[in-house]
Amino acid sequence: MSLRFFIPLDAGALAVGAEDVAAALAQAASSRGVAIEIVRTGSRGLYWLEPMVEVATSAGRVAFGPVTVADVPSLLDAITGGGPHPLRLGMTDEIPWLKRQTRLTFARCGVTDPRSIEDYRGHGGYRGLERALTLGTDAILTQLTTSGLRGRGGAGFPTGIKWKTVAQTEADRKFIVCNADEGDSGTFADRMIMEGDPFVVIEGMTIAGITVGATKGYIYIRSEYPHAVIAMNAAIAAARRAGYLGARVTGSPHAFDLEVRVGAGAYVCGEETSLLESLEGRRGIVCAKPPLPAHKGLFGKPTVINNVLSFAAIPFILDNGAKTYADFGMGRSRGTMPIQLAGNIRYGGLFETAFGITLGELVDDVGGGTFTGRPVRAAQVGGPLGAYFPRALFDTPFDYEAFAARDGLIGHAGVVVFDDTVDMAKQARFAMEFCAVESCGKCTPCRIGSTRGVETIDKIRRGERVDQNLALVEDLCNTMKLGSLCALGGFTPYPVMSALKHFREDFGPAPAHLQAAE
Amino acid sequence: MKNNNTERETSMAPAYQPWSAERATEIIAEHKAIEGATLVILHALQEEFGYVPEPAIPMVAEALSLSRAEVHGVFTFYHDFRKEPAGRHVLKLCRAEACQAAGGDALAAHAEAKLGIALGYTTADERVTLEPIFCLGLCATAPSAMLDGRVVGRLDEERLDALLAEAQR
Repeated sequence: MSLRFFIPLDAGALAVGAEDVAAALAQAASSRGVAIEIVRTGSRGLYWLEPMVEVATSAGRVAFGPVTVADVPSLLDAITGGGPHPLRLGMTDEIPWLKRQTRLTFARCGVTDPRSIEDYRGHGGYRGLERALTLGTDAILTQLTTSGLRGRGGAGFPTGIKWKTVAQTEADRKFIVCNADEGDSGTFADRMIMEGDPFVVIEGMTIAGITVGATKGYIYIRSEYPHAVIAMNAAIAAARRAGYLGARVTGSPHAFDLEVRVGAGAYVCGEETSLLESLEGRRGIVCAKPPLPAHKGLFGKPTVINNVLSFAAIPFILDNGAKTYADFGMGRSRGTMPIQLAGNIRYGGLFETAFGITLGELVDDVGGGTFTGRPVRAAQVGGPLGAYFPRALFDTPFDYEAFAARDGLIGHAGVVVFDDTVDMAKQARFAMEFCAVESCGKCTPCRIGSTRGVETIDKIRRGERVDQNLALVEDLCNTMKLGSLCALGGFTPYPVMSALKHFREDFGPAPAHLQAAE
Repeated sequence: MKNNNTERETSMAPAYQPWSAERATEIIAEHKAIEGATLVILHALQEEFGYVPEPAIPMVAEALSLSRAEVHGVFTFYHDFRKEPAGRHVLKLCRAEACQAAGGDALAAHAEAKLGIALGYTTADERVTLEPIFCLGLCATAPSAMLDGRVVGRLDEERLDALLAEAQR
């Protein structure tokens, strides 16, 4: 019997040498006459241990990592001879970082072969769709509403209401659109699931199609994710071959098919109206709402547009019941969130857990602090439009409302950690600069406000009329926040104002009246 | 061996074809029937020629019954589309927050100094184009980069120097 190995094909693992390790392992085994099989999986999401190599044993999978090409011969010796190895991490499922998670959406990621629909089905895949086909539209919508699922892209809008609106809107054609334009720095969950378990996204979208009566879906993937594009296209082809996509989905009267479209490097296309414009072949200009995409979306037709993680959560909810999902979480944030720990962090990766865990637990306890070993000074949560939180706010629980109450947002749940060498005035400037570069140009507060913001922060950093210019930045942020058409201009004030509020010392000398009081 | 069918990633410079109006016509014809075809066609043209040559713009416009201005607008809106060929190798350095937190600023400055060009430019010998990119989704193995489609994480000065040497070859 041949030894069965598992090595990720995930871009994050490839970036640190997984391909070379896989090739070295194949070669070492062949030169020793050891029969092996290497299954390429997604990543488990423990990126500091990548490339991680797993081997199947009678008791389950055993993990090794981080493995380099030089480690391969000794690794193979240890496995074939049953001896110890310094990189041995024990049973994969028992690794504490993995064990303490609640993996509902990411249950299969890193476990199955993302190119095998049989593997997907063997691990509970397509049970949600089977159930959906027996339920019918109203019952599915009830399930969705009961689950409490809110859009995982950042806005947190109840998914059930969105789907219901599309289901109730009459039209000759309807569309399902998956927003895979994951542009926020510090986020990579969409990429991981598309590369590691693409069928769960396909299944979620298929359920959406059946529920609202749409026969065509698009997955809009950013061009910075070429590996995800390949994985999704391969999975769509496999699903078609197996009858899960096409004129009769699994023999049912429902037709549904999918197509991948690739973005072209515009951050703003993650905004839903901009994304739909882009899908139609136009500039990614934001549109005022209403009309809502649910009424008039892609090509003017009713459209369900959701984030990758929202669709990926659906199969679990239908398979295991809405209540099982809703039992996780806190307040109005139900279920689990695939949180991404990134930046200057010792144990970075994908940590799926129920809402309610605090930011401090995530950064210090789960993440182990910084990899530079220096003290953590700030964490930016929610991408380039998210607030910088100081340690004083690390008791904030991961919950939409709790973050909003502290002038922050959880967004797509990326957490970027910075150590004490960070210059927060520079980060505030970057937020404005990024907005200026990526603004679609339609509304004035975003287009011009961001450029004026860069200029004004530059003046502050040069020490010019610091008090007056700080007041100006604050005023400008208010204008952008209240006057912008979409979240790009509207949320750029979050990183800027949080940097100003919590890290005032980085913006030049303290105001004159305070100095006088000393 | 299941592993045999995984394509090994290399940093071979992509081979592009010289501009040909006939070839462009074929590419446009191949995609023009799909809904919302503009981006798809521009991507396909760039994949063939390495950039979107200017004469292609009116051709796309005519095929899709759009104005030149509309197609030009789309072409210039998106960062990906090039109006002239890039260097033989394209090195993209991630400049977004997660990579900034992990020392990306210093690495970008190092690359600029070594190549003698700023981000967004091509070396005089047309070997290397150095570009900023805003997030490769490799934020837990930051800082990260991409050389001709091959992703690289946990970048430090040594690994960056190796990448630069490879790109300059």
